[in-house]
Amino acid sequence: MSITDLARPTAAVAAAPTLAPTPASASLQQELLRGLDAPICLTWEWTYACNLQCVHCLSSSGRRDPRELDTAQLRAVVDQLADLQVFYVNVGGGEPMTRPDFFEVLEYSVDHGVGVKFSTNGGMIDAAKARRLADLDYVDIQISLDGADAMTNAPVRGLGSYDRARRAMGHLADAGFGAFKLSVVVTRHNVGQLDSFATLAADHGAELRVTRLRPSGRGQDSWSQLHPTAAQQRDLHGWLLARPDVLTGDSFFHLAAYGQALPGLNLCGAGRVVCLIDPVGDVYACPFALHEHFRAGNVLDDGGFARVWRSSDLFTELREPDNPGACTSCGHYDACQGGCMAAKFFTGLPLDGPDPECVLGHGEAALSGVDATALPIIDNDHSKRRRLPLSIR
Amino acid sequence: MGAPDGAPTPSPAHALARPSGTSFDPALPYRLHPKVALRPERFGALAYSYDTRRLSLLKDVDLVAVVRALANAPSAGDALAAVPVSKRPAVERALARLVETGFVQPR
Amino acid sequence: MDSPAPTTDIAQPVTDAGAPAEPIVEDLLVEDVSIDGMCGVY
Repeated sequence: MSITDLARPTAAVAAAPTLAPTPASASLQQELLRGLDAPICLTWEWTYACNLQCVHCLSSSGRRDPRELDTAQLRAVVDQLADLQVFYVNVGGGEPMTRPDFFEVLEYSVDHGVGVKFSTNGGMIDAAKARRLADLDYVDIQISLDGADAMTNAPVRGLGSYDRARRAMGHLADAGFGAFKLSVVVTRHNVGQLDSFATLAADHGAELRVTRLRPSGRGQDSWSQLHPTAAQQRDLHGWLLARPDVLTGDSFFHLAAYGQALPGLNLCGAGRVVCLIDPVGDVYACPFALHEHFRAGNVLDDGGFARVWRSSDLFTELREPDNPGACTSCGHYDACQGGCMAAKFFTGLPLDGPDPECVLGHGEAALSGVDATALPIIDNDHSKRRRLPLSIR
Repeated sequence: MGAPDGAPTPSPAHALARPSGTSFDPALPYRLHPKVALRPERFGALAYSYDTRRLSLLKDVDLVAVVRALANAPSAGDALAAVPVSKRPAVERALARLVETGFVQPR
Repeated sequence: MDSPAPTTDIAQPVTDAGAPAEPIVEDLLVEDVSIDGMCGVY
């Protein structure tokens, strides 16, 4: 039995006491912030094409980019990742299943010891595809949904997308796929539905995952209206503390400043533990930071991905200790580390200062000084409908 | 993983993983679980289980050396003999934890 | 949590501690890493 026979997770052993996840120790955090020799995992967007036009899309996806890596190039990247022993990739896009070679590259990856977890809106998962996915070793699926009912979901993800996601979940169940994840971006309008999401996930034998809305891509346009209020954020923190079975991907590590850290690493892993490869091979610190400022190189450059990960100026800089800057006098900086750099960047806040959703309210205060007509925007907009320039809104 | 009768049990490997129920006995032979990848790092190693999706940080190079030596050692105790005496209890505790979390298994 | 009554208060931290409470665990040479792909699974 070789490591490249990548298994589906085994069923839980009954009766034994559970090992609850805990927040990472300070020593673990320190080691990770210095950067690893290779990523643990990374996000890999296979295409900017998408069959939806979600209002908050972090990658401003919609139309395929003419420069997207072809099948041979994707396989070559898999080879590079396998050499580095990257354990798995988080595949997304756009909608990765729109690629005609989706299954070919998926199978190539798992056959070469790089597990695949992919994020999809489910619109292209029919009965046959569900069976094909169920037959593959080590493929994890995450279905995106932002409303516990169609009425809440539609304004964000579009009419009909709720039904299509539910249908995909049904096909996966019929095919005996096993556990998948339901992934929700928390907004002002769905934060009251967390229990319903948990029930929906449980009813399908799925795990629930909730993540933070960031002002990235198209999300920048509606962030101020969609992000949870301060009070909702506090409630969310309490809810998550009570539900250690709900995954977050460390998306809410800034909430550690409330005083009780959630399970997870509680740090920004961008450029240290994880990073992103985009559809044209550009390497960015993270999927929420698709801007030149956070671009480390390209996998097609000399030395490939390994050289970018190990020696790029950006990642070297990210692995230096952070400068608290304006947060120096705040006693909570150790806990929150100043929050999310992408959230700060795209709301026009300085990177060495508070997160726009700083739980102490320091971010809100800082936002009042920002010139909203001069914000940085995503490098390449692949939206099907053009966004209005910021100055017109 | 087979057609479920009702809803399949979600894999709680990440959130609420259950211990293997196996306790550690240094007199017995062990090995790294065949689905586990051990990747060297500056501080020791990362261990990733492709089976349970769990990830573990091995914070000590002597521990990593012992884990690598397990498969060929007649017993875990033999593999531990290479570790300085003062460190042995800590390494043994770490091994026990790795058995508990399914990264290391009896062979 | 379903439909909490919204307030306009700015949230206060749960404790005044400068850092999150460290779980009281033995200083083991091995540590489980709770990683769920980080923000990379969106």
